[in-house]
Amino acid sequence: MTATSLSKEDLGAARRALRRRKLTAFLLVAPLLVFLLFAFVAPIGSMLFRSVHNPNVADLIPDTMELMDDWDGVSLPDESLMNQFAVDLKRLANDRTSGRLAGEVNRILPGSSSVIQSTARRMRTVDDDELQQNGAALLFDAHANWQQVPIWQAIRQSGNPYTIAHYLTALDLERTPSGEIQARDGPRIYVSLYIQSLRIALFITVLTFLLGYPLAYFIANAPIRLSNILLIFVLLPFWTSLLVRTTSWIALLQTNGVVNTALMGIGLTSSPFSMLYTEFATIIAMTHILLPFMILPLYSVMKGIDPSYLRAAMSMGGKPIPAFLRIYFPMTLPGLSAGALLVFIVSVGYYITPALVGGADGQMISNLIAFHMQQSNNWPLAAALGSLLLFVILLLYWTYDRLVGTKNLSFG
Amino acid sequence: MTNTSSAYLRFQNVKKTYDHESLVVKDFSLDVAKGEFLTLLGPSGSGKSTVLMMLAGFESVTSGEISIDGVSITRLPPYKRNIGMVFQNYALFPHMTIEENLAYPLTVRNMAKAKIRDRVGEYLGLIEMQKFGKRFPGQLSGGQRQRVALARALIFEPSLVLMDEPLGALDKKLREQMQYEITRLHQMMGYTVIYVTHDQTEALSMSDRIAVFDDGIVQQCASPAELYERPRNAFVADFIGENNFIRGRVSKVEGEVVHIALPGGDTVTARAESELRHDQEAIISVRPEKLFVEPTSHASDNRVPARFVTRHYVGDFIRYYFQLSDGTEITVKVLNDLTAPNFSEGDEAGLVWLIKDCSAYPA
Ligand SMILES: Nc1ncnc2c1ncn2[C@@H]1O[C@H](COP(=O)(O)OP(=O)(O)O)[C@@H](O)[C@H]1O
Ligand SMILES: [Mg+2]
Repeated sequence: MTATSLSKEDLGAARRALRRRKLTAFLLVAPLLVFLLFAFVAPIGSMLFRSVHNPNVADLIPDTMELMDDWDGVSLPDESLMNQFAVDLKRLANDRTSGRLAGEVNRILPGSSSVIQSTARRMRTVDDDELQQNGAALLFDAHANWQQVPIWQAIRQSGNPYTIAHYLTALDLERTPSGEIQARDGPRIYVSLYIQSLRIALFITVLTFLLGYPLAYFIANAPIRLSNILLIFVLLPFWTSLLVRTTSWIALLQTNGVVNTALMGIGLTSSPFSMLYTEFATIIAMTHILLPFMILPLYSVMKGIDPSYLRAAMSMGGKPIPAFLRIYFPMTLPGLSAGALLVFIVSVGYYITPALVGGADGQMISNLIAFHMQQSNNWPLAAALGSLLLFVILLLYWTYDRLVGTKNLSFG
Repeated sequence: MTNTSSAYLRFQNVKKTYDHESLVVKDFSLDVAKGEFLTLLGPSGSGKSTVLMMLAGFESVTSGEISIDGVSITRLPPYKRNIGMVFQNYALFPHMTIEENLAYPLTVRNMAKAKIRDRVGEYLGLIEMQKFGKRFPGQLSGGQRQRVALARALIFEPSLVLMDEPLGALDKKLREQMQYEITRLHQMMGYTVIYVTHDQTEALSMSDRIAVFDDGIVQQCASPAELYERPRNAFVADFIGENNFIRGRVSKVEGEVVHIALPGGDTVTARAESELRHDQEAIISVRPEKLFVEPTSHASDNRVPARFVTRHYVGDFIRYYFQLSDGTEITVKVLNDLTAPNFSEGDEAGLVWLIKDCSAYPA
């Protein structure tokens, strides 16, 4: 062994040192990892799971569902299945849970709710043995719909704990009782709301760019004292509560608000504009709130661009504006794309501002998600809508990565 | 050189203030002949870059005139001045390939595509970087970027090229190579160069003339040899090369020659670089390699006794440190040969030199 090669002990020591460093690094990030797991990964996972998993019906009528496995799904189910269902229905009626079953089935086959509820009431008084023997006939007696296939198909569909039904709803599609996927009748509320959200987000992104780019350029090239003051003004929105900022827009935009009063005061208009509770209000208020997300990455990139680049271009004969567009602007792209991506992604999923100032036509998809969570209590649908939103954003990010590349993003 | 007819580039009483309180450039006047390689040499913060920025048009001139070929350019926007410029950080456009970088000044001049391609190829050849045309600046070494920056400043054939400490970021070896490269291209193409540096070796080896710049004014503008051998004031004497300074008082003035009485009682003679009056405080300078230690075969006009302190072995020469009786420290460079004397600390020795190697300035 020569003196220049490493001995076994040296190698061992080097490896131990490396392991120690890796362990230290891991321990340093571990608290954050644990936090992220509980606060981020787990909720998103649970949301994704909830959007496709709905064990309600399967839990309510497990025995009936078991028999459903043998049913062909085309003809009327056989008598033993119907008998078992009658027994289950009586139990539900007595537990006062038949309403839940009715609700779930009704979502697939509208009108089923009353059929199930009224039948359940009649089963309550019937003897168990009688139901075992004669349940099918009793059902037929209670309501004629039990003699038709669709309601059974609907029960089977709702009993499947794994379902894409909520995604279909979220895309304004539905599955016919016979299993085909088709467009749902009526206005396409969800898809058009997704499109509206994307359009509003795009608009806001463009607006923040138009307003933010010149300002970022000015701040980055201003003397240090002035630039510090201006940066404080840029950051000011971050230090005031989101609610305060949004409600102050209400004060500004309402019918007798500051803007209308001013416009009428200087005689530009004789009757007030309705600005509050419109898409316009959503866009204006969100542009204001999200402007710093555009300015800060742009500013930090521009700050790092030496003035000598533009000077070099001009010394070589480039006129100021073409030189700016050909030389300076491309150098700010990492900041611009980071800012645009931030603003766009944050605004696609924005909730509070559209909820407060958006009115009917300024709503975004998050508002509907909140509605399904808080008012209609349709959590699976809310989860499906949320997952779709997540998917849309990931898709956009992926497209962006393919087109522009994320490796030279600069968030500051 | 400063005669009006030969002046190509001319600064006339140029002043510059950034804060409207103090002048960074106080009164800058300079004539540069066509084809000349002129260096602005001065300590950091002396305003060299400011002068260059005004010449290129990136900073406004507070007062005064800058003209090229007799035409004032003081108020011309930079893109109309047709001046090539090499920046210290090279300022190569990072999102463009080397070829695109070189083509930029030609494209903005609406040159035909085929002609641009030929010219770019020619200049890539000139800097021996034909193989690197498709690369981006980030993929080049410091020296290669420097060469590209140089070619880019020359490719549109400006008659005036400015360089602001272009070699500052390179290591010593590369710097020497690039100094050679820059002078080679200059001699080959004959454009006028204004070169800014704070490195005097660089200035001395490359320039036709050097303007020593300090405190907002030109202290002296002369050829490297003249600057070294006949510095016009104590600042230049100190700034260029190494020098010994001895303080004294003028005891006699004989035309060009002045007699200076030293505090230790000795009197020496020196050449007056500016006017000196009898009994005026003066300072004389002698370069370490122009001083000799007795016994010596060299002719001498002056002699002062000194006490040996220590010596530093450098290699090709040895540096001896002495003290005069009043404590003034004197350095002597002695060739490292058999005659190099041996002293021990405290030994008395005689230092001698010639009048022509000794300048006197007002203190
Ligand atoms: N854009 C500017 N604004 C204000 N002061 C400046 C500016 N550029 C340079 N200065 C000041 O002018 C003086 C000279 O600077 P500069 O011309 O860069 O000197 P040099 O290039 O010789 O090092 C310095 O004191 C510097 O602080
Ligand atoms: Mg400088």
